[in-house]
Amino acid sequence: MIYSVKFAWRYLSSNKLQTALLVLGVAVGVFVFVFISALIGGLGSFLVDRTVGNISHVTIEAPRRDPASLLAPDDPSIQLVTQRAAGQRDILRTADAFLPSLETLPGVAAVSPQIVGNGFVIRGQSRAPVAVTGVLPSRVSAIADIEGSLAAGEAGLTNSTVLLGATLASDLGVGVGQNIRLQSDRGVERTFVVAGLFALGVEALDARAAFVSLAAARSLFDLEQGISRIEIKLVDLQTADAFAPRIAAMTGLKATPWTEGNTQLLEGLRAQANSGDLIKGFALVTIVIGVASALLLSTYRRRPEIGIMRAMGASRGFVVGVFVIQGALIGLIGGVSGALAGYLVLSPFPLPEDAPPGGFPIDARQGAYLLAVTLTTIGAILASILPARAASRVDPVEVIGS
Amino acid sequence: MTALVEVTDLVKTFGDGETATRVLKGLNMALERGDLAALIGPSGSGKSTLLNILGTLMRPTSGTHVMLDMDMTGASEAELTEFRNRHIGFVFQFHHLLPDFSALENVVFPTAVAAGWESGTARRRGEELLDRVGLSDRLHFRASQLSGGQKQRVAIARALMNRPDLVLADEPTGNLDRESASRVMALLKQINDEERTAFLISTHDEMIAGACTRQIRVVDGAAISDDVTG
Repeated sequence: MIYSVKFAWRYLSSNKLQTALLVLGVAVGVFVFVFISALIGGLGSFLVDRTVGNISHVTIEAPRRDPASLLAPDDPSIQLVTQRAAGQRDILRTADAFLPSLETLPGVAAVSPQIVGNGFVIRGQSRAPVAVTGVLPSRVSAIADIEGSLAAGEAGLTNSTVLLGATLASDLGVGVGQNIRLQSDRGVERTFVVAGLFALGVEALDARAAFVSLAAARSLFDLEQGISRIEIKLVDLQTADAFAPRIAAMTGLKATPWTEGNTQLLEGLRAQANSGDLIKGFALVTIVIGVASALLLSTYRRRPEIGIMRAMGASRGFVVGVFVIQGALIGLIGGVSGALAGYLVLSPFPLPEDAPPGGFPIDARQGAYLLAVTLTTIGAILASILPARAASRVDPVEVIGS
Repeated sequence: MTALVEVTDLVKTFGDGETATRVLKGLNMALERGDLAALIGPSGSGKSTLLNILGTLMRPTSGTHVMLDMDMTGASEAELTEFRNRHIGFVFQFHHLLPDFSALENVVFPTAVAAGWESGTARRRGEELLDRVGLSDRLHFRASQLSGGQKQRVAIARALMNRPDLVLADEPTGNLDRESASRVMALLKQINDEERTAFLISTHDEMIAGACTRQIRVVDGAAISDDVTG
């Protein structure tokens, strides 16, 4: 093995220009691989961050209770069904018991217990439907970045203040410091002072959402105890699918990952990732063909030497080893060079979360450097097998006599 | 006494059917330890084919080939490769050195390729052999930096590296000037005298053939005379 490595290295170093060109070709292929990985990955992160960055990653809700189905005791042919009460609400009554353990769960970035309901916001003669969310004042930005998206005012909540979407406020002609009335679907009506206006860039929230304190929501929706749901933000939103079942098992409640409500986005991202994989696959195929053809040429050029080595007692395995190791060295050196070049070129680009609007969402962290080097080395080794086998079959008699 | 190597009724045919060419036609021959034999005969008589078969680089079509009591015709390719490495040395007309390697690396090759690495012992043996062939000042010269005579002496040192029982030389002086040819032949004779290594030298050169102790003449694929002069 050591001796095969010596031969492989000597063969590569004896023709520096050819080796340099070969390594350069591999490095360019790996650079394309890394660039596409970083671009597709960054684009995906950018889209996900912009689309679901301000929503819950896992939502805990009380399981919906299906209406009871009963058989009439005196007549089995008649089925009696208890209809679900229209005003019945699914409430989490045991949230206080598991909230502390949820908050300390590794991978959880923030937990926000909420009371939610529908209602109307009334300003003079104007009425507009609104989705009201009651949150703990200290966690107003736990899920959606309200504080970072303030268009006016401040994000601090008291029991008598409300945060409104900027579009909704504009429709109603209301500003910070002015009063509005909120009427819940329970018929309770209260007056709030507008503390701030937010513009998250999501029309559904900016035109229809209002945030109040948890205590204010409790009185507004006539809920003496319990909460409506718990929204959880994860450190890595891609782990939501794995996290949700764990949380459901832990709490005994229904836990829904964000992916369930965003299948179209996920399909789009998957299609995008597939396109990237195709391009990366072509880059790898190019590398394999390049290495195989260069080593085949080298095999042909070195036929006399291979013949003499075989005559001197070199086994076929030794000859195969010399050429496979050449392939591995080319793949490894080219792979590391390409990956390093990729990292150096991509690093100056701002990360997707910091990318300016209309910017280039490249994520140098998602360059898949190790994968690129590993696949390239394996590809180069596979590419060298054909030339290596051809070399091992060289007949010493043919080349010695020529 | 058992012969070092013996071939009996050796036949070698190239091609099939109407294009078949029989090069060796029932050749019989034996070599003893310490023989310094010249293999002579006209071009196309089958000398090179015989050397290739004796060197286990080629299998005969029929006949037997026994060396050191081992039947070569029944051995696997891996067994032949290992046998060749341990017991047979080659010297070719065109030296066939590895051009990207130094004189010492070329000489050490047969030992290192079997062991998987260049040991210190092997390198010392290589240095001794190069010193013996008068190239101690060329140890680290690449093959391309050596003259024709020097290359052939490196090839002889390489052939002797594993202390072979038999060295097969195909026109070893055919590509050298008179002076270099004489020096190479003197070297082969000296090694034969000192180490009792058997040599079979294929040659057209009367001077080389005359310097050997046996002259085996091959004509039309068969050995027709075997003269002992030494």
